[in-house]
Amino acid sequence: MNGLSNTQLVLLGTSLLGGVAGVIGSFAVLRRRALVGDLLAHSALPGLCIAFLLLNYRSSMGRAGGEAASATNPWQFTVMLAGAFIAGLIGVVAVTFIARWTRTKEDAAIGIVLGTFFGAGVVLSSWIQNLPAASSRAGLQTYIYGQAAGMTREDVWFITAVSGACLALVALLYKEFMVFSFDPGFAQAQGWPTLTLDLTMMAALALVTVVGLPTVGVVLMAAMLILPGAAARFWTDQLGRMLLISGIVGAGSGVLGTLISAGYFEETLGFDPFSFGYNSRNLPTGPVIVLCATGLFVFSMLFAPRRGVLAKIARRVAVRRRIEHDHLLRSLYELSESSLMAAAGDAPQSATAAATPAEVTIAQLVEDRSWTDFHAARLVRWAVAHNLARRTHNGARLTTAGLERARRIVRAHRMWELFLISGADIAPDHVDRDADSIEHFLTPELVEKLEAELAAQHKLPIAPDLVPHSPHAMLGKEADPKRETMPQSTDSTPEAKNPEPKADGPARGDWP
Amino acid sequence: MSSSMSKTDTASKTDKASTAPPREPPLEIHDMTVAYHRKPVLWDIDLVAPEGQLIGIVGPNGAGKSTLIKAVLGLAPLASGKVRIYGLPYAQQRRLVGYVPQRETVDWDFPVTALDVVMMGTYGRLGWFRRPGAAERRLAEECLEQVGMESYAHRQIQQLSGGQQQRIFLARALAQDAQVYFMDEPFAGVDAATEQAIVALLQTLRNSGKTVFVVHHELQTVRQYFDFVILLNLRLVAAGPTATTFTRANLQQTYGGRLTILDEAVEAVRLGEAPR
Repeated sequence: MNGLSNTQLVLLGTSLLGGVAGVIGSFAVLRRRALVGDLLAHSALPGLCIAFLLLNYRSSMGRAGGEAASATNPWQFTVMLAGAFIAGLIGVVAVTFIARWTRTKEDAAIGIVLGTFFGAGVVLSSWIQNLPAASSRAGLQTYIYGQAAGMTREDVWFITAVSGACLALVALLYKEFMVFSFDPGFAQAQGWPTLTLDLTMMAALALVTVVGLPTVGVVLMAAMLILPGAAARFWTDQLGRMLLISGIVGAGSGVLGTLISAGYFEETLGFDPFSFGYNSRNLPTGPVIVLCATGLFVFSMLFAPRRGVLAKIARRVAVRRRIEHDHLLRSLYELSESSLMAAAGDAPQSATAAATPAEVTIAQLVEDRSWTDFHAARLVRWAVAHNLARRTHNGARLTTAGLERARRIVRAHRMWELFLISGADIAPDHVDRDADSIEHFLTPELVEKLEAELAAQHKLPIAPDLVPHSPHAMLGKEADPKRETMPQSTDSTPEAKNPEPKADGPARGDWP
Repeated sequence: MSSSMSKTDTASKTDKASTAPPREPPLEIHDMTVAYHRKPVLWDIDLVAPEGQLIGIVGPNGAGKSTLIKAVLGLAPLASGKVRIYGLPYAQQRRLVGYVPQRETVDWDFPVTALDVVMMGTYGRLGWFRRPGAAERRLAEECLEQVGMESYAHRQIQQLSGGQQQRIFLARALAQDAQVYFMDEPFAGVDAATEQAIVALLQTLRNSGKTVFVVHHELQTVRQYFDFVILLNLRLVAAGPTATTFTRANLQQTYGGRLTILDEAVEAVRLGEAPR
C-alpha cells in the first residue's frame, strides 16, 4: 500500500467500500430492511459528535490552547468511528424495542429514531462549530458530507481490514444468513440463534456504514448499502450470484465515481464523457459514487434480461401480438366456416382435412373484431408474410398452413368455451370473452386435459383432430339430438396425435 | 447449535438410534399457557400425544392452532408450563423434529431455487460454518422426488404455484429426517389432487413410525385423514382417537357459542390495557 499514489489509494478505498457495502447491504434489501442503512447512518451522527467533543475535551485539558484534534490522527479516527458505531447500534436497538414493546410499527419506529438521532446530531455539530477551535469544523464536516479525496493511508488500511472481516463473515456464515434471511421462523426452530445472527448482520452493516462515512458521508452511505443489492437482484435468482454482482456493482460505482471526480477521463480521453460541458474535476467524490450506483441501478432495472422493465414490456407486447394474430386466424376461419362446412356436408371440421376456405373481406374482419381498417389490414399483411393467408381483391383467404393453424386455435377456443359452460358454470352468452383471454395461454398439455375432461362429460368429439361446433351455434340447435353424438373423423393423417395421456411413472406417487 | 449443544444433540440422537424405540411420548405438554402482549392465546394446555399417528389439530380461526405448534417449537414464549419431546425439552431434541411453517410466512421472491430451500432442511445437522455437500444435495433431490417436484429443482421459488411451494416446504421438512413433524396448514391454497397426494405422503410417514401433527380446519376431511385429533379453542377441548373424540358434542364445544366466558375474560384483559 505504500507504493500507491494518492489516486490509487482513494480508488482502492472506494472500490473496497462499495464492494463490501453491496454485499452486506444485499441482505438488508432481501430482508426488507433497506431502511436500516438509513437508520444506521443517521444515528451515527450524534455518536461522532460526542466522540469529537470527548477528544477535544481531552486534548484541551492536556495542552491548554493546544491544537484541536484533527481527523487524520489514527487514534482520533478510531475513537470517532467507535462513537459512530456505538450510536448506530443504539439506534437499531431502540427501533427493535419500540417495535416490539409498543404499538408503534417498525417503519414508524425507524422514522422516529432516525429523526431524533439526526436532530440531536445536528444540534451537537452546530454547537461544535461554534467552539473556538477553528480546525474542528473540518473534521466533523468530513464525516457528514464525506471527503474521499482526503483519504489517508490509515483510512485505507482501516477500510481494508473492515471489508476483509465483513466478507469473511459472509463467507463463513453464508448458509446461516441464507436460512435466517429467508425463513427466520424455520431457522429458529432448527436451533439457529436468530437474535445473534440478526445482531451480527446489523453490526456488520453498522461497521461498513461507519467506515464509509468519511468517504461518502452520512446521508449517502445509506444509498450505497441499498443500490447495489437492488440492482443485482434484477440479474439473478441465486443468492450467491446476487451477492457477487452486488459487490461488483458497488466496487464499480466506487471506481467510476472516483475516476470521474478526479478528472481521470478528461486527462486520458482529452474530454470527459460525464462532464456534459462542465468541468467535472473537483466534484465531490461521495455523491458522484452514489450517482454512479444509481446509474447502474437504473441500467439494471431497464435492461436486465428477465426481470428488467424492457424485458417485461417486450414479453407483454409479444403476448398481445400473438393474441391479435390468433384472433385474426380465428376470424378468417369462422367467417368462412359455413362454406367449409357446406363443402364437408355439415360435419365437424377435421383439423387436418384439406379444404379451400372462402375469401373473407377486410370489412367483415373489421365488423367481427371491431378493429380499425388500418389494423385489420396490417394483421392481414402479417398473415400473408407468414404464408398463412393469401391476399385477395377485397380481403384474404387462409392458405393450407393457415387453415391448419386456425383450426387448432379455434379448437382450443371452443373446447375452452365448452369447459367454461359445463365446468365453471358460466352463462353461454358470457363465455366468449372469458374464453378469449385464456385460450391463448393454453399449453398442449392443458388442451389434452381439456379433451379428457370434456370427453368424460360427453361434450366433445373424442377424435383428436376434430374442431367442435361453436357452443353458441349448438345452443341455437339444442333440440337437434344429432349434435350430441360423437361424429367420427373420416380422415386420418400421420399427424393425428395419440389422444391417450402419457402414463406417469407410478412409482413416483400420484402427484398431479 | 453451540458446541456444547451439538454434543447433547448427538448424544440424544445416538441414544435414540441405538437403543429400542423411545418409550416417552413424542409430545407431552403440561400446564402450558401462551400469551402475546399479555393477551393469553392458549390457556393451560395438558396433552399427551401417541407415537406413530397422524394427528390433526383442529379448531376455529384464532383458536391458537398455529400458536400451539410455535410454542412447542420455542417460537412463541411460554407464560407457564413445559413441553417435552420424547421426554426432553425441545432444545435438546431439535434433530428429531421437522417443521413446515405456513406458506405465507416467507418472501417467495427470495433469490433461491427449490433445491436450495429443501437443502435448508439439512442445515441443522450440518452445524455452524459447514456448507452442504454432495450428500446433502442428494438427500434434497430425493426429498424433492418424494413430493414429485424433482423436475422443478432449479426453478426460482417464485415461479412455482402455491401447491408446489407447499410441496417444497414439505420436502424441506423431509430433508430434516425427523421422527416428529409439525405442519402448519399444509393444505392451505392447495388443489384437491395435491391435497390427496400430500395426505398419501403423510400416511407413508406415519406407517414408517413417524408422528405427524397437522394444523387443519376442513372439518369434513378430519375423520378420513387423522388417527388422533386435538380439538382446540384457546384451551384444549378434547384430545383422543378420532373415532371417539371427533364427536358432535365436542365439536359444538369447540366451535359453538361465539363468546364463551373465557373469550369475555380475554377481551376484558385486552380492553383493560387500552385507554378508554
